Amino acid sequence: MPNVLAILEQRGGNIKRVSHEVLTAARVLADGMGGGVDGLVVGGPGVATEGLGAFGADKVLVASDASLTNYQADRYAAIAADQVRAGSYAAALVSATALGKDLAPRLAARLACPFASDVTAVKYNGGITVTRPLYAGKANTTLKILASPCVISVRSNAVTPVANAKPGTVESVAVSAGEPRARTVEIKQPERVALDVAEASIIVSGGRGLKGPEHFALIEDLANALGGAVGASRAVVDAGWRPHAEQVGQTGKTVSPNLYVAIGISGAIQHLAGMRTAKTIVAVNKDPDAPIFKVADYGIVGDLFEVVPKLTEEIKKARDG
Amino acid sequence: MKIAVCVKRVPDSEARIKIDASGKAIDEGGVKFVLNPYEEFAVEEALKLNEAAGSGEVVVISVGNDASQETIRTALAMGADRGVLLKTEHVPLDPLPVAKVLAAELADGGYDLVLFGKLAIDDYSHGIGPMVAELLELPCVSAISKLEVSGDKGKAEREIEGGVEVVEFPLPAVLTADKGLNEPRYPALRGIMLAKKKPLEVKDVTLEAAGLEMLSLSYPPERKAGRIVGEGAAAVPALVEALKNEAKVL
Repeated sequence: MPNVLAILEQRGGNIKRVSHEVLTAARVLADGMGGGVDGLVVGGPGVATEGLGAFGADKVLVASDASLTNYQADRYAAIAADQVRAGSYAAALVSATALGKDLAPRLAARLACPFASDVTAVKYNGGITVTRPLYAGKANTTLKILASPCVISVRSNAVTPVANAKPGTVESVAVSAGEPRARTVEIKQPERVALDVAEASIIVSGGRGLKGPEHFALIEDLANALGGAVGASRAVVDAGWRPHAEQVGQTGKTVSPNLYVAIGISGAIQHLAGMRTAKTIVAVNKDPDAPIFKVADYGIVGDLFEVVPKLTEEIKKARDG
Repeated sequence: MKIAVCVKRVPDSEARIKIDASGKAIDEGGVKFVLNPYEEFAVEEALKLNEAAGSGEVVVISVGNDASQETIRTALAMGADRGVLLKTEHVPLDPLPVAKVLAAELADGGYDLVLFGKLAIDDYSHGIGPMVAELLELPCVSAISKLEVSGDKGKAEREIEGGVEVVEFPLPAVLTADKGLNEPRYPALRGIMLAKKKPLEVKDVTLEAAGLEMLSLSYPPERKAGRIVGEGAAAVPALVEALKNEAKVL
């Protein structure tokens, strides 16, 4: 029976939320094929594997070793390839995070199989098809995968995790030894860990309308009130006001949050391409003709320096109440 | 150092995309094509490394049709030494066949470093660089925003969600460039003139059959029309009300 492997991501021993999305996508394929879903966790000793059955894992394979605590690309890829071969999986799915974007193509090369990257939906109807954006969301394509196995990376926030109780039996698997060709020696954490726009379900982005980097405190305050991440337009990143990790758009990150708030962003094509799949979009801009209002669900025309502090205050009230 | 930079011709990020009559490709008429922005960082890094060393060669390689010669010339105008076009009329979305022809070209090239952009802004596939590294069995660090090379060793940083991974590797190696690695130079007029005379070799290649077949290409669904809630700070309560009770996102 064809089974599907969901490669799950852990950080510091905790399974990341995106892994539930990958399990849900894997379940869609497995249910179509009449097969099962196995999760694979690679990491250091003591990864918390409880609760994965709740999202559809029949089995959870754990490859653990102290040398695997941090992502070691070559070794993770070798372990995943061994598992795909040993279990004759029809497909291996991984989240298109920083780790998954690196791991997935390596795995596909090792398995000499097709690789569909950054997909937003998967389907099985006699064969596997995937949907993915092209040109950063200016077009969508549906692709049929012509060979088995295959590797698929799934965009964060594109699939809503669905509870689907399965046994989630945990099994240890052998870890192949070997030296990585390149070695992760350190993970630097910033002093204040900021929520990443690629993972956030709420994003507040600022653009050139803020007039200077010092005014981004307004954006940070609103993001804090909402429990969201701070994003930025290309213009302000190129001007050096904000780090490029915050850039949303075709040459930054493409995001699909629940709520996207664009402050002082006019809405260049490349920016819209990066955020138009957000579920709800709010725009604040002084120009009533700004293109951002064409994609926004709710807009306020006005001076952001008056609107944003008021908005932050009202959001705090709404959340407390 | 001998450095290869693999580049792709892509529609400019400000270009509007129109689907052509076949329904499975875009209409290239009127679309401005550019060197993939992430590969500008790769070209810049290669030039900087060799300028610091005072010697070396930068070879620009692309898989594509004849129009990709112009893309290669852009990189030559920035300062790269020569170009190679691996010519094929169709570049599939499945990255493996593309990675294979690149790996075959690179295998015996004696390169110390092979650089890519972290992704191409047309297909957003992040696969080619790490795949080529796997095929060549070379160390690889993807999406790097900082690089130090000394002798036959390198150290790179790559941004991950909420942190930075520091990775050490021996040369030769494959690296893919993220924004933040450097500030790419603009080709100067002199560079553009010189680029016209630099060698650009065209080799016909045959790609293996792709493992992905495009069934359809479509425009994203239109967002349903939104509304302007009001003007100025006075409109804020109505907005919060709508977010809470209509959109239910608070």
